[in-house]
Amino acid sequence: MIGLWLALAGGVGAVARFMLDGAVRRRWPTDFPFATLLINVTGSFALGLLAGAVAAHHLGPEALLIAGTGFLGGYTTFSTASLETVRLLHNREPLRAVLYGIGGAGVCLLAAWAGILLG
Amino acid sequence: MMRAPSRTTAHGRMAPLHLDPRAIAWVFGGGVFGALARYGLGLAIPAVGGWPLATVVINVVGAFLLGLLLDSLARRGPDVGWARRFRLLGGTGFLGAFTTYSTFAVDAVHLLSAGRAMEALGYVAATLLLGGAATALGIWVAEVAHRVSAEEHRAPGGRR
Repeated sequence: MIGLWLALAGGVGAVARFMLDGAVRRRWPTDFPFATLLINVTGSFALGLLAGAVAAHHLGPEALLIAGTGFLGGYTTFSTASLETVRLLHNREPLRAVLYGIGGAGVCLLAAWAGILLG
Repeated sequence: MMRAPSRTTAHGRMAPLHLDPRAIAWVFGGGVFGALARYGLGLAIPAVGGWPLATVVINVVGAFLLGLLLDSLARRGPDVGWARRFRLLGGTGFLGAFTTYSTFAVDAVHLLSAGRAMEALGYVAATLLLGGAATALGIWVAEVAHRVSAEEHRAPGGRR
């Protein structure tokens, strides 16, 4: 039963990513993949919050599975981030590729860490 | 060559893709199964000494498949009709939800705060480097497959 709710939450997360990505790209057209970074940073922060709240026993493990593994797992994405990094490399923009690939990971880790502390 | 399929092209007065209810439905359908597949694999692949192996495998496999899928679709033709539906279902929906960044980030922080800095560094480096290599491999496979199929189409006429 938990798998069903987790899967549905994952679908909702994917839709949230799709709509936010489209809205950000439309509003701020840029060739730097800013939209995916925004999604992954906010999602990492939110999962940190959830994990922190579960560790402090403010939240049950089912909530972490549905909202965390389901929704936030579906919302954030690694495959697109990796593809965008490889595209920057392919377009001979190694500095931006490193900034996006490694810098982006660093920012997401910091966001997750801040979330765990606040959660 | 590695043309990014535009996600926000508005054709005339039509609504942008991210506000089109049919596009949203394809993404949702793919996302449901992507999240389910990630959950299932996460249960099937145990953590090795507290090291989140499942997430690495999921993200690397997903990165390979997304490179393969998007490059294959871009080579086949414009992002319209069934090609676009398949991209939304399989790429944005399924592979987008199958792979995850939030679990990767939180797991890495948990390793770090447990004082396992080298393992955290190894986890982050393995994910980023293997993921990037897998993406490039997926694109390369799409390139080779496209070349082979183009040669097969040309060969019969050329020999006669």
